[in-house]
Amino acid sequence: MPVGLTHYLVVSVLLFCLGLYAMLTRRNAVAILMGIELMLNAANINLVAFNKFVAPAALSGQVFALVVITLAACEAGVGLALVMAAYRNLETIHVDEINVMKW
Amino acid sequence: MLNLAWLIPLFPLTAFVLIIWRGRRLPGEGAYVAVAGMALAAVMSIGILFNMLGHAQPIDMNVRWMTLGTIPLELGIRVDQLTTMMLLVVTVVGSMIFTYSIGYMHGDPRYPRFFAYLSLFAFSMLLLVLANNLLMLYAGWELVGLCSYLLIGFYFEKPSAARASMKAFLTTRVGDFFMFLGILLIFIHLGTFRFEEIFAKVHDGALKDLTVGGWPLLTVAAVLLFGGAVGKSAQVPLHTWLPDAMEGPTPVSALIHAATMVAAGVYMVARTYTLFFASGGQEALHVVAWIGGITALMAATIGVVQDDIKRVLAYSTISQLGLMMMGLGVLGYTAGMFHLMTHAFFKALLFLGAGSVIHAMHTNDIKDMGGLSKVMPSTYWTFLIGTLALAGVFPFAGFWSKDEILLEAFHHNTALFAVGALTSFLTAFYMFRVIFYTFTGTQRSHTAHPHESPDVMTRPLWVLAIFSAFIGLVGAPFLGNPFHAFIHFEGIEAIPFDVTLALGSLAIAGAGILSAAAVYHWKVIPSASLRRAAGPLHTLVVNKYYFDELYQVVFVRGTLWIGQALRAFDVYIIDMLVNMVGLAGVGLANLYGWFDTHIVDGAVNLVGYVVGATGGLLRYWQTGRAQNYLLVIALGVIILVAVGLLR
Amino acid sequence: MGEQAAFIILSIITLASAVVVVNSNNVVRAALALVPTFLGVTGLYIMLQAEFVAGIQVLIYAGAITVLILFVIMLTEGGTGLRIRQRNEQAPLGLLTAAALAAILISVLTRTEWPKSTATLPQYTASAIGNTFLTNSVLAFEVSSLVLLISLMGAIIIARREK
Repeated sequence: MPVGLTHYLVVSVLLFCLGLYAMLTRRNAVAILMGIELMLNAANINLVAFNKFVAPAALSGQVFALVVITLAACEAGVGLALVMAAYRNLETIHVDEINVMKW
Repeated sequence: MLNLAWLIPLFPLTAFVLIIWRGRRLPGEGAYVAVAGMALAAVMSIGILFNMLGHAQPIDMNVRWMTLGTIPLELGIRVDQLTTMMLLVVTVVGSMIFTYSIGYMHGDPRYPRFFAYLSLFAFSMLLLVLANNLLMLYAGWELVGLCSYLLIGFYFEKPSAARASMKAFLTTRVGDFFMFLGILLIFIHLGTFRFEEIFAKVHDGALKDLTVGGWPLLTVAAVLLFGGAVGKSAQVPLHTWLPDAMEGPTPVSALIHAATMVAAGVYMVARTYTLFFASGGQEALHVVAWIGGITALMAATIGVVQDDIKRVLAYSTISQLGLMMMGLGVLGYTAGMFHLMTHAFFKALLFLGAGSVIHAMHTNDIKDMGGLSKVMPSTYWTFLIGTLALAGVFPFAGFWSKDEILLEAFHHNTALFAVGALTSFLTAFYMFRVIFYTFTGTQRSHTAHPHESPDVMTRPLWVLAIFSAFIGLVGAPFLGNPFHAFIHFEGIEAIPFDVTLALGSLAIAGAGILSAAAVYHWKVIPSASLRRAAGPLHTLVVNKYYFDELYQVVFVRGTLWIGQALRAFDVYIIDMLVNMVGLAGVGLANLYGWFDTHIVDGAVNLVGYVVGATGGLLRYWQTGRAQNYLLVIALGVIILVAVGLLR
Repeated sequence: MGEQAAFIILSIITLASAVVVVNSNNVVRAALALVPTFLGVTGLYIMLQAEFVAGIQVLIYAGAITVLILFVIMLTEGGTGLRIRQRNEQAPLGLLTAAALAAILISVLTRTEWPKSTATLPQYTASAIGNTFLTNSVLAFEVSSLVLLISLMGAIIIARREK
């Protein structure tokens, strides 16, 4: 059958859930950020797919996807800077060892 | 003078109060005050005697004491011939005994108290004798009982004396109880206590046809009153206290238990003779006579085997009192009272003489004595006079009075005459046994150094001896028997003097004396062989017919057993119930405590535990870890979407 | 037919690499596996006729971000911890949750009737996007550039070594 919207949406969901899984279960802070990137990518796929199949004339989907990519880059930069700063101060990047405020 | 008769008891009463109050600081440490009180009473009694002899009329005086509802209770005195005689006996014999006590009780640590008690007794006895109503008579009756208790237990450090005083009081109490029932019975039916009124009503036949419980009322009342006399005058079966009462000092034995108090019973029967006389078929008199006769004989048999000189005299007293009762019972009113008077004198004399002997020998046992006639002549001769009087030898007092009783018995009841005759024989026998053991022969004890008693003791002995010798003559027939004219009961005919009978009684006395001499003086018949011959009878008599043992088992043990049973009941059942209540309370308290600790506190603890557990569970919600929160967010999204799907 | 084959291949590349990213114990390998993931996504963009987005995707993601991540891994201890446990204690539950979410979302998506449009995309999307940025979405454009600037400054400040 021809590749339709649903296919792309399914791929996007799977990618999103993989990213969620990484966020939930990884100890390494960088790995969590990688998961975040996956989730953002999944969202992007969604946007672009909808743009093509539902509202092709306005191109707002693609515009939105570009903005998202930009912001993802910013966020990755800042996040990684935070990880580095945390590593410098706390000597670890495993998030479950950073428990100064934990009970 | 008769109007002032109420003063007579007040002299010894004042003496009592003074001695109790001042005691040793009085002259003679109270003794002289007591003697003075008694002497004044004696003087007044003699005055009254002369008035009565001068044919003064008997008087009755009353004073209202209180009113019970509609019934007045009165204090009153009656002075008639009977009263006069009793007053004389009590005061004269009493004065002699008081004087004797000055010497006998010398050195005793409680000397003043002795005289105080003696004076109190004198007051009580005089009150009893002067009373004109049953209530006052009963009051005097109880008071003499109290004084007897105090005086018997005078040496209260000796347990035997304490027991004896208690025994005397309790035994006479039994008699007093019956007497009180009799008094109440009369009062309920006649409504008055006064003798005059009672006798008048009975004379008019007030109680003639009444019965109580199937018995004629008058007989029952009279016999109940006699019950008191049985106790007070030591008749069978309430005689057991008198021998034990010898634990008291000898003057006490002389005064109370020989001359006066024990005579009160005889006096009371004489005073209320109308009731006895008017009882149907004179049955009450029969009861009196037979009890008297049995007592007389029984006591005489026991007296034969006693070794304690005071015990011999005690049993002799019981026997003579029985004889007096017997005399009254066989319509010998005059004879009984005559014998009371003479007996008072010679028995008091005998007791005081025995006291003198005991004082010298420091022992009561006649087997330890002997040969005292040479050492103590006054005592010996007076004692001998007393013995002859008691044995009934002419012309001493006892002969006249005893002979009159036997005469009356012979005419009215030959069985009782035989009893009386046998008693007289035994009386002579045992009294002379005592004389032979005590005064003749050689002294058997090696430790005693007897000497004659001081004059203050021997002079009263001589006075009493003179009385014992000559007082009988007031009843002598060849002098016209003035006693009979003085004291007699209307309705009883006088029985003329019988010479043969007089000689017979003399012979009986002589036989008794000779038998005693044969056994104890000339030792012709050894006493041991007599003892073996009597065998079981001897055992019976030595054990006083086992009366004491019977009473001990039945009444004393019975009462103690009841007391112990009740105590067991109290301790085990009542206390058990109380303890049960206590235990139940404790048990309940424990239950409550357990409940409180485990259930109430448990609930509280449970709440705390639940809170803690919940907190322990809920704290996992906020871990502080972002990944946990994210998981929850994801789960929340799933749930929301699922819910949205399902709806 | 060719479209479906391309789609399947690209999806497999993307998803398989993504699985490596999330599962690998070696964090360097995970970072490197990001590259095929992004490239797969790029392919999908191209299939969706979004060439400009695809180009930007390669540049930014596969180029800058992946390198950035690798740099940070190098500068922190990530490269040395091969033997260290990489999963935390809620891994099973996380797996379950992710799977459940996937299941639910897929079931929702497949049931929904999406509105279909028959219009076509413009031929050259790059210029169309450029026009859009400077006319309709100029605010988004400006703001995102501002955000870039701030994040640049922020990252520098945060990661700067304290003196």
